[in-house]
Amino acid sequence: MLDVEKEYIKLGLKENEFEKIKGFLKRNPNYLELSIYSVMWSEHCSYKSSRPLLKNFKTTGTYVLQGPGENAGILDIGDNQAIVFKMESHNHPSAVEPYQGAATGIGGIIRDIFAMGARPICSLNSLRFGKIESSQHQKYLFEMVVKGIGDYGNCMGIPTIGGEVYFDKTYEGNCLVNAMSVGIAQQDRLMKSKAFGTGNQLVLMGSSTGRDGIHGATFASDELNEKSEARRPSVQVGDPFMEKVLLEVCLELIEKKLILGLQDMGAAGITSSSVEMASKGNVGLDIDVAKVPLREPSMVPYEIMISESQERMLALIEPSKFAEIKNICNEWNINCEAIGTVTDNGLYRIFKGRELLGEIPVKTLTDEAPVYHHEYEKPKYLQNISDDILQEEDYKKIEKKYSHNEIFKRMIASPNICSKKWVWEQYDHMVQTNTAVLPGHDSSVIRIKNTKKAIAFSCDGNGRYCYLDPFRGALIAVAETSRNLACSGALPIGLTDCLNFGMPEKPGIFWQFKNAIDGIINACETLDIPVISGNVSFYNESFGKAIHPTPVIATAGLIKDVDKIIDSAFKDENDDIVLIGRKINNESVNDNMGGSEFLEVFFEKVSGKCPDIDIEYEKRLQRLCLDLIDGRFIKSAHDVSSGGLAVTIAESCIYGKMGAEINASLLGNNFLKTFYSEPQSQILISCQPENLEKIEKYCIEAKIPFEKIGKVKGTFISINSEIKIGISEITKIFDNNIEKIMTH
Amino acid sequence: MLKVNVYVTLKKEILDAQGLVIRKAIKQIGYENVNEVRFGKFIQLEIDDKNKSEEEIKKEIDYLSDKLLSNPNIENYRFEMVGK
Amino acid sequence: MSFDKKPYFGILVFPGTNCETDCFHVLKNILGARCKYVWHKESQVEDINAIVIPGGFSYGDYLRSGAVAKFSPIMSFVRKFASKGGLVIGICNGFQILLEESLLPGAMLRNNTLKFICRYSHLKVTDTDNPFTSGYKSGEIIRMPIRHNEGNYYIDDNGLLEIKENNQVILKYCDSSGKEDASSNPNGSIENIAGICNKKRNIFGLMPHPEACCEKILGSDDGKTIFESMVNNII
Repeated sequence: MLDVEKEYIKLGLKENEFEKIKGFLKRNPNYLELSIYSVMWSEHCSYKSSRPLLKNFKTTGTYVLQGPGENAGILDIGDNQAIVFKMESHNHPSAVEPYQGAATGIGGIIRDIFAMGARPICSLNSLRFGKIESSQHQKYLFEMVVKGIGDYGNCMGIPTIGGEVYFDKTYEGNCLVNAMSVGIAQQDRLMKSKAFGTGNQLVLMGSSTGRDGIHGATFASDELNEKSEARRPSVQVGDPFMEKVLLEVCLELIEKKLILGLQDMGAAGITSSSVEMASKGNVGLDIDVAKVPLREPSMVPYEIMISESQERMLALIEPSKFAEIKNICNEWNINCEAIGTVTDNGLYRIFKGRELLGEIPVKTLTDEAPVYHHEYEKPKYLQNISDDILQEEDYKKIEKKYSHNEIFKRMIASPNICSKKWVWEQYDHMVQTNTAVLPGHDSSVIRIKNTKKAIAFSCDGNGRYCYLDPFRGALIAVAETSRNLACSGALPIGLTDCLNFGMPEKPGIFWQFKNAIDGIINACETLDIPVISGNVSFYNESFGKAIHPTPVIATAGLIKDVDKIIDSAFKDENDDIVLIGRKINNESVNDNMGGSEFLEVFFEKVSGKCPDIDIEYEKRLQRLCLDLIDGRFIKSAHDVSSGGLAVTIAESCIYGKMGAEINASLLGNNFLKTFYSEPQSQILISCQPENLEKIEKYCIEAKIPFEKIGKVKGTFISINSEIKIGISEITKIFDNNIEKIMTH
Repeated sequence: MLKVNVYVTLKKEILDAQGLVIRKAIKQIGYENVNEVRFGKFIQLEIDDKNKSEEEIKKEIDYLSDKLLSNPNIENYRFEMVGK
Repeated sequence: MSFDKKPYFGILVFPGTNCETDCFHVLKNILGARCKYVWHKESQVEDINAIVIPGGFSYGDYLRSGAVAKFSPIMSFVRKFASKGGLVIGICNGFQILLEESLLPGAMLRNNTLKFICRYSHLKVTDTDNPFTSGYKSGEIIRMPIRHNEGNYYIDDNGLLEIKENNQVILKYCDSSGKEDASSNPNGSIENIAGICNKKRNIFGLMPHPEACCEKILGSDDGKTIFESMVNNII
């Protein structure tokens, strides 16, 4: 007999939590019960540190059918159609076993989507690694994560249409792998995961259960250190073919109205999925571990209950439907066993055959799980960081060392700026034949067949900005995704987030977290974008050092008329190039160089002030951009972001395979500041000269500054006569640099 | 139960891109003396050999290897019985 | 042609197939043809004029692309159907299945880049004297997406000679100017071969995805001509 008094610590429970469990049960828990508590009360499953703050998100709005709380959020896109999406982190498993970690991350988020009754139509991802130029290990992580995502999504036939990748020292010991999946459903076919109806059964479908990922949920809620490598067996292995079959089976069962509810089996396996179903329905559940198909027959009940074997789903059914369901599963060659029964006693009971192995009141695992209100305090590193800004002589030094052409090429070559083609060419981004804007542009666009509609997605999160100012950094992340959508003509209608932070018990980290949440709340209120799903990932630390706070935001936008979609590429010779939104006189307050790519490339530091943003102004700018697109006045729109105006101009040229002659007024007579600072709320547009006047009128009306800065012309990019470089030369650097680094 | 190991490799004349990459990596680590690397598949079968002679089993494995486990256009196979 | 006499396509579905709905969409909504899905366990299909074996990862492609699918009951029907002259097109994984089934000569190796490749590629239509590309001009340069792990076409010297002599090579990878060389060869295919037919010219296999480029909004509608050619040759 194990001494549970000693075991709870190993399972990651705290002393007060153990006392709480004894209080609930009015006795000592046995090992099985203790394991169940430990996984259900892990940060990963219970959100015990973040729940009190997440409550404050704006979660309702015109388009919201389902906010946070289900497997994924749902938005109404009209015509009885809905889109379903969520983003989730798989950071720790990917840091230890990048290929399988990333693959199972994709698998998990896809199951979340079809658990809602939706057919997955696309995936996106947001990745962060250390610098690949200087480390073989970072290259390896990057290569294997991309391969893991690709192999899984490609096999599933779900296009991976976009996302973002950043490289920064801060992620060296703790990479980030945030995956998002999107589905489409008929509104009257949507599924919920609530268990109800005494006597109804829970059916386990899909893979057999093995010892994969035992205590994975507790693993995710722990920091990475030298011991993590030794814990490799915890990482689950993905089987995309099984998942593809499972997807088709589940959608067929829904179509035939054979099931009443559906739940994905993710972290903490059978335990968390069935407990969540029971808790949502305020019912009890009897689970029989003897019914679970096993890959390793010697597994003991607690292992069966918390195994994280992938590609399994749990469905709620009426017992009379079981035979028909089993037939369909047989046709596709997958397991199908009734492992649980709904009861009315509010108890979660685990049986092996007739033998009762454990008994826990359901609500003590969920609603009554511990909640922590952590202390927070502004971290010390912030005391002087905003004063550490570039002085005039710093700029001069750079200009002395490099020509403007060289500076420009160095910026374009930075792995954070240059094309991520090497990544997305490994993802099937066209299957399902809906991808209307291919990866690389501000947002990726999926058309909805047999309608005029399309949905656009954009993903962003700048860890450097958040490091300097988590409130403003998070606010900018929301604003930028929304601005990206506006640039393709999409109205933002909802977002999902993945909040990647260090240890919440550290007051400095929790301060970052709290401020980032406030930033998201602020942006969402003003821009009227509800949060419909999301995920928190704490403990992103290695050897005691936390990553930059990295809230990643993915926003969905609705396009009413696919024929009006535009992208960021310049289109025709002689078109006018216009910068809208730039406030010429504002730069004395903030040089907008803080946390910039320029600062990183030439000074290798993250310091200064996070760029300013006036969110009301931002809203007007985005509205203006949407109006200009709707009126068909502009041919391209590209948001000015990482790398500044010079990079923005270069990208529009490269995508359009056309040159540009730019002559923009300088800010403070400083060329570098003008073209490489990262001020917010700016969009670079191009238009036919005949439309220029009309556009200016719109801008005046919206009180948004307007400046014609050049023309689309020839085969060279020429910027204020300081930079002059051929399109083919710059395209080569832009397109091939990552591949060059990776094959080096 | 009889255990059988089946080895599938690309035919000599076929460019083995995976093998080449592995060879390059080995050289990078500093083992200059590794000249050739052939990449292949290893498949282990457990076969119920009740009521069947060794000859019959060999025939079955031959058939499976030829029709399913390898593609004779590009691959060779060989197998070995490794005991019960 | 009366309304119900529109050409009727059977689209095969194996576990792991994932381009069947893309093919269905093109045939039905863009070409106005009739079509139906055919489950791999079926052994007989009535009334159809042509068979499409779509792309995907049949059985996960865990052993070799297309290796397991060839044992499905439907494949003996495909063999019979083709031997009577019925049109069969295999796209991507469908091409791999046709090779594994020996309905087309040669085999697929892993891409020489050892990576999955998804991007638009230029192709030259090197033969139009067949029911699949008769709608193109001979030598026409078109753009289609390629999306595969194992598209590195291999055939031994004698086989190569034979398919060239019989004009069985239908599509070749090239650049925008039509140059076929190593830099315009995305996967290492022998002589830049992207698509071939059998000697009788009624079975066509190709790695690019014509069904993914039949509408301007997707960046190209160059693939439509393949399905139109099939429709026109069925009548």
